[in-house]
Formats: sequence, C-alpha cells, structure tokens
Amino acid sequence: MDKINLHQSYNENQETEIIIEESPEIVPDSVFTKFFLEVSSLTSFTLHFFKEVVKPPYEFNELMKQSFLIGYKTLPLVAITGFIIGLVLTIQSRPTLAKFGAESLLPAMVAVSIIREIGPVITALIFAGKVGSGIGAELASMNVSEQIDAMQVSDTNPFHYLVVTRIVSATLMLPLLVILAYCLGLVGSFIGVNIKGNVGAHLFFSQIFQSLEFYDLIPAVIKTFFFGFAIGLIGCYKGYNSNKGTEGVGKAANSAVVFSSLMIFIIDMIAVQITSLFQS
Amino acid sequence: MQVNETFIQTENDNKQNGAVVVEMEHLRKSFGNNHVLRDINLVIRKGETLAILGQSGTGKSVLIKCIVGLVEIDDGKLFILGQNISGLKYSEMIEIQKKIGFLFQSGALYDSMSVRENLEFPLRRQIRSIPKEKIESLVKEALQDVGLVEAIDKAPSELSGGMRKRLGLARTLILKPEIMLYDEPTTGLDPITSKEISKLILEVQRKYDTTSIIITHDIECVKLTADRIIVLKNGICAAEGTYNELEKSADPWIRSFFQ
Repeated sequence: MDKINLHQSYNENQETEIIIEESPEIVPDSVFTKFFLEVSSLTSFTLHFFKEVVKPPYEFNELMKQSFLIGYKTLPLVAITGFIIGLVLTIQSRPTLAKFGAESLLPAMVAVSIIREIGPVITALIFAGKVGSGIGAELASMNVSEQIDAMQVSDTNPFHYLVVTRIVSATLMLPLLVILAYCLGLVGSFIGVNIKGNVGAHLFFSQIFQSLEFYDLIPAVIKTFFFGFAIGLIGCYKGYNSNKGTEGVGKAANSAVVFSSLMIFIIDMIAVQITSLFQS
Repeated sequence: MQVNETFIQTENDNKQNGAVVVEMEHLRKSFGNNHVLRDINLVIRKGETLAILGQSGTGKSVLIKCIVGLVEIDDGKLFILGQNISGLKYSEMIEIQKKIGFLFQSGALYDSMSVRENLEFPLRRQIRSIPKEKIESLVKEALQDVGLVEAIDKAPSELSGGMRKRLGLARTLILKPEIMLYDEPTTGLDPITSKEISKLILEVQRKYDTTSIIITHDIECVKLTADRIIVLKNGICAAEGTYNELEKSADPWIRSFFQ
C-alpha cells in the first residue's frame, strides 16, 4: 500500500518539477529545405547500403527469391513492350525514310534507336512502374504492420535482409530484361518491315549487325545497371522510410515511381554525355 | 484449498523477492518536442507479470519498445537482465534481444510467408545450424501451445484476428524468451477471444516462467493476468499497485480505468 500512496500523491505540480530541455528541431518549411533534407536522407541511405552490402551474412536465398520476383515476374511485360516498340517504331519510321529514298536504312535506324536509347529507357520506365512501386508499397506496408520491427527483434538486420537484397536484385535483373527487350524489339521490327515489304531474316539481321558498333551496345547496357540500382534504391528508400499509416503505403508507391522515373532520365542524360566524350 | 493458498502465497513471495529482470532509473524519451517519457522509475522481478495502463499517447508502447531496443532512450538508465543497455554495441544488443519476446499489436506476421515459415523464420535466424527435424518439432510444439496446429500451412491472410494474435504469440514463444512484452494483445478482438488470449498469456507465463509486461486497455485481461499494475500519465508513473489496490484508489482518474 505504501507504493500506491506514494504514487497517488501525484499532482500537476509534480509535472513542473521535471525540467526538460527543449531541443531545436528543423522544421522543413520551404520547398528547398524539404528538398535538401530529402537529398541528405537519401545520401545517408545510399551510404548505409554500400556499408551493408559487403557485410556478411550474405542473404543468398532472399536474393534469389527477389531476383525471381523482380526479374522473372516482369519478363512478360518487358517482352510485350519490347516487341511492340520495335514494331511500331518501324511502321512509323518507314514513310519518313521512304520520302528520302532511304527505306533500306530502316533496319539499321530502328536497331540503333532501340539499342542505344529507346530499349533501355522504356524498359527502365516500365520496370520502375512495376518493380519500384512494388518495392515501395511492400516495404511501406511492412513498416505499417510492424513487420520490420518484428524482424529486428528476431535477430535479423531488416536493412540487410530487405533493402540490400532488393537493390542488388533490381540492379542485376534490369540489364537482363533490357537485353530481352532488345531481342524482341528487333523481332518486332523485322515483322514491321515485312508488313509492307519483303526482307529476308538474314538480310535484315546482317544489316543490323553491320550498323551496330561497340559504342552502341556496351554503354547502353552499362547504364541499365545504374537504372536498376536507382529504381531499387528509391523504391526501398521510400518504402523503408514511409510514414506509418495506410496513406503512407500509397504515397511510398507513388513517389517511388515518380522519383525513379526522374532519376532514369537524369542518369540517361549523364550517360549520354559520358559516352559522347569517349566517342569523340 | 489451504494447500493451494499456501502455494499462491509462496509464488507471490518468490515474485516479490526474485531477481530484478528489468530496471529503469529516470528514463526519458522525447520525439522532437514531444516528451513522451519524462521520468520513469520501475523495477520488474523474475516471474512477475506487470500490466501498464494509461490513456492513448502516454508512451506505453514507447516504454516497451525501449526495453526491446526498438527505440533508443534519451536519458536515464535501463537495465535488462542486469546489463545497462544504453551504449551497448549492436551485437551486444542482439544478445539481449534474443532473451526478449515481443507480441506486436498487429501480430506483425510476415504476409509473404505461410504460418510454418513465420515460425521457422526466427528459429533459422537465431540458430543458423539448427537441424530440420528440430525446427519441425519446435514449430509443432509452439503451434500446440496456442492451439493452431491445423493452420500450419495457411497464409496469415487466411487467419482471423484472434488466430493472428495467437500465431504472433507462438512465433515469439518458439525462441523461449525470458521476458515477454505484449503490446495490446487483446485489442480489436471480441470479448470471448480476448479472454482466450488472456488465458493463453497466463498459461505461457506459468509454463515458461517468463517475466511479462502487458500493455492493454482491456481491464479483464489485467484482472486475469497481472500481478502488479502501473498507470502512466504525462510520461511518468502516476500509480502503482495490485488490481485490488488500484481499483479502490482515492484518485477518481485511476479508478476510472477499472470501471
């Protein structure tokens, strides 16, 4: 009973005896402050990733599972898109080339367009829409339902298990998907050429390979690793740091797609500049 | 009857004199300018079941998240099983966490895994070289404890609210923790299922001799399970005592929790 009497003597005066130092808090009041806070937070998240990625234990099983979900499950979407792009680009380009009597350049022009630029960028945008939003929503809902906290108390580093595996999978899977999109894009182009003409497969593909150079293919594939990394990173960042609540899940998915798409164009612009430096 | 009373008396004496498992001294935690925990002093002994009551937003969940290391304290001292956890390295904190079980308010089941995988996950993470047969027997034992053996191959989305809570409890129990933390174990459940969960908590406490801390608004659950109760108000311990003591408190605000 002593204890109860002691605590029942609690009154409002007791509150005033406790001195709490007010800590200065940064309130993101302007767009610029918000932007710089976001950039700083994303940078610290990225550095944390590089620190964790080399640290054992390596989650191979989870990496394989994520690669399957990210790569294999996106395969049909990328394949259909790649095929349609090749077909449409060929059909749309033919009249313009025909005006200049350069119809014979159609396979080469379409191949260079697909391999250098359209293939990687369109595939990356589709990948951002499917995988980036998926990662963002999944991690945000895990955050809301306390699954990430549960993982932490189960002797599992959630960043290592959830974030690192997803970013690595996205980085490795996108280049493979882009190569698939290249192949199906060229098949689509071959069909497009033959809708109004009669070009043999051997002639069509030998024209393509004659027109392609080392500088067309390699930089285009290399930049897709960066696209994949950016999509995985932003999806994880948005999901992992989402606000608690169901609204946060939607916001995380949405902003993952928006920022990933923006990053794809920024990376593409930088990659094109770097490639042109080497070519010149 | 007399024998039973003597047994209960001895059990209570043991709890009062048992080793200190959790100790807090002037513990403080703030989020920005929101001072959630202002000065918490608390001692919890081995085998004891402590219920924490208080209005929403008074820092009950933050308090138990401090114990399990999900929230870092700002000031004061927090001893878990005799170790001051502030300033511990990540690996040292992991060792402490292994001895603590946490039943989350939502159950926090992994949606992408089946019931079996949910139970296997913490086992595989904590004991890397555990044989498959051992995992199987531990999973079945944990499911038997909570009466969910038939749901072993179901997905969490196929389970009812009460089943999800029981599965969450089984996932926690599978690691045989020394301290169990329950964050609103009966919230969102009907009275019958709530009573079942409360009884389950009691059974777990008796079977595994765990020290338990329960955060709840369910007074029936408190009545059934708690040896001692504290009431939080404005980030400090406003009252402490047994159910009978606090029920008859002179303070109408404290009495209101028990009506």
